[in-house]
Amino acid sequence: MKTYILKRLLHMIPLLLGITFFSFMIISFAPGDYLTDMSQNPQVSAQTIEDLRTQFGLDRPWYIQYAKWLWNASHLDFGYSFANQVPVFTLIRERMFNTLLLALSAALFAWGLSIPLGIISAVRQNTWVDRSASFVSFLGLSIPEVFFALLMVLFAAKTKLFPVGGMKSIDFEYMSYPAQIINLLHHLILPTIVLGSISMAGRMRQMRANLLETLLQDYIQTARAKGLSDRVVIYKHALRNAINPLITLFGFTLAGLLSGAFLVEVVMSWPGLGRLTLDALFSRDLYLVMGSLLMASVMLIIGNLVADILLALSDPRIRYE
Amino acid sequence: MNKEKKQLSQSPWALFWRHFRRNRTAMTGGLILVLFYTLAFFADFFAPYGMETQNRMLFNSPPTRPHFFDSTGKFHIRPFVYGKDLVDKKWTKYADDTSRIYPIKFGVRGDTYKFFGLISSNWHLFGVGGEGRIFLIGTDQYGRDVLSRLLFGARISLSVGLVGILLSFVFGMLAGGISGYFGGFTDTVIMRFTELIMSVPGLYLILALRAAFPMEIPSDRMYLIIVAILSFISWAGMSRIIRGMTLSLKENDYVTAARALGLGHLRIIVRHILPNTLSFVIVAATVSVPGYILGEVALSFLGVGIAEPVASWGNMLQQAQSIRVLTSFPWILAPGYVIFITVLAFNFLGDGLRDALDPRKILEAK
Repeated sequence: MKTYILKRLLHMIPLLLGITFFSFMIISFAPGDYLTDMSQNPQVSAQTIEDLRTQFGLDRPWYIQYAKWLWNASHLDFGYSFANQVPVFTLIRERMFNTLLLALSAALFAWGLSIPLGIISAVRQNTWVDRSASFVSFLGLSIPEVFFALLMVLFAAKTKLFPVGGMKSIDFEYMSYPAQIINLLHHLILPTIVLGSISMAGRMRQMRANLLETLLQDYIQTARAKGLSDRVVIYKHALRNAINPLITLFGFTLAGLLSGAFLVEVVMSWPGLGRLTLDALFSRDLYLVMGSLLMASVMLIIGNLVADILLALSDPRIRYE
Repeated sequence: MNKEKKQLSQSPWALFWRHFRRNRTAMTGGLILVLFYTLAFFADFFAPYGMETQNRMLFNSPPTRPHFFDSTGKFHIRPFVYGKDLVDKKWTKYADDTSRIYPIKFGVRGDTYKFFGLISSNWHLFGVGGEGRIFLIGTDQYGRDVLSRLLFGARISLSVGLVGILLSFVFGMLAGGISGYFGGFTDTVIMRFTELIMSVPGLYLILALRAAFPMEIPSDRMYLIIVAILSFISWAGMSRIIRGMTLSLKENDYVTAARALGLGHLRIIVRHILPNTLSFVIVAATVSVPGYILGEVALSFLGVGIAEPVASWGNMLQQAQSIRVLTSFPWILAPGYVIFITVLAFNFLGDGLRDALDPRKILEAK
């Protein structure tokens, strides 16, 4: 098992190298940089621009810039954000936490609802409960994130039950600690529902299909023949086997949620990595774009890694391959 | 006896169609899509106004209601609309002027258009005469008819999916086929590259690729760039699955036979291996079209896609980002509903295709 994890971790290195190399190259293709916009400003002299260009190393060819960036990044120094005048890492660290918080809470929401719903619709296959659950899951799978988020914002604005976007109230700093947590959770509810619904629908369908398949197995028939009650058959015998493949999907869900969070963050003003990246792209803040791209990829790869490890834990064939 | 024989001799496609036709949700999905694509294709005719026709005195106007009874209670066989006036400038409130009555007519002359730049006409499905205006969904901040813009926007948003699928599937199938067929070094290179693409979260990669182009680009070129970007990030997943299928397909005797006959490698891949993956590919293509539509919507919504004044479903939603606009003029969300219905229809259709193309399911139904 240890060798397997180690192998997978080592595998990450060339992957990250490739990702950063290609994205650096692509972004350097873009015409102009942050300083081109700055040079439009009549208050900034051409000399200052030149100095800054040398200081940031923007006058060198892109591959030299990349080599320098890579060397620094391997020491956890991701450079300075041009627009914000702070180290990229400081900016990203906070935003990454917010994105992770949103993704985790959406994952919990999706799993907490999808497993019981999946079980119910499998046990009561082809009843109205099952039909309406599968209809709702189709809706959840099909609703565009942007639209759902906008509807939720509209809902919040009309009913005043929830805050309209953001993560904290204005007077957050003056609240007591428990009040701060409640305030944060209050802001978290709507984005969680939007982000969680989509993966909830998919997981529910999987859970239902898995359980239905397990219920056809011989050992379930044996259990029923022994005269066990329905409850024991379903929860003790079938469910444990049906839920196994789903556990391994947890990592993939998390990875998917991280990229899905982008639009939710933008529409609902959640201060996450997505919003930051978008602003950085608009202002051509090269190192900030690179930093957040790298961090988003790292989170995705780690999510996949967790999924693979869970898979390996549950399936010995993969471990010894 | 005779009947049984007839059933046995059915071609796979006839079998598929017989099975598919019975699936009501899938048929509904398919019909909705046929309707939407037809509306989009003939948008010039179905839209009462041009895409960029502005009514500066009727901005953010709520939907116009067709009436049958006028203010005196008299019944009109032909439905009509009232003239509308801005009564409250601050809150953008409109009032009907019941003295101005404009009957709704079909097949009217209106804004002139050039159908795909070829046929010039001014013939519209419906409209009202004279000074009257009919906005069935409402207008946006420049007083442009939202319904008309939805229809024109559909051209962009709906076609992105089809063109994108075509590009990425042809490329993905070829790459996957080559990778699985040859194996070894070629395989490693292609698969490592797909892994790279799949390790960056979708929208982050889309935006990074978008950043390689200037911010302001004419819409027609932007359209091609969007399609190219979306196809580029989607072929990877496709090719990995096709590779897996090729690995098992190439062990078949007919492939060995084809090789023994001296056929070229590419011919074997394209003519003998890839056609066997087709039933999977059709389903996969149907369910992944929404991904492209949503990709365009996301890019245009974020302000880096199709730019005004050209309409796309994404940039129409952009106006809804302001909470004041969203709460006061909720009809601005109309594109959202339409995108929702489109995606739903594609998912229904894809589900039906999957069932109908799965031989096990067909046997079960028998």
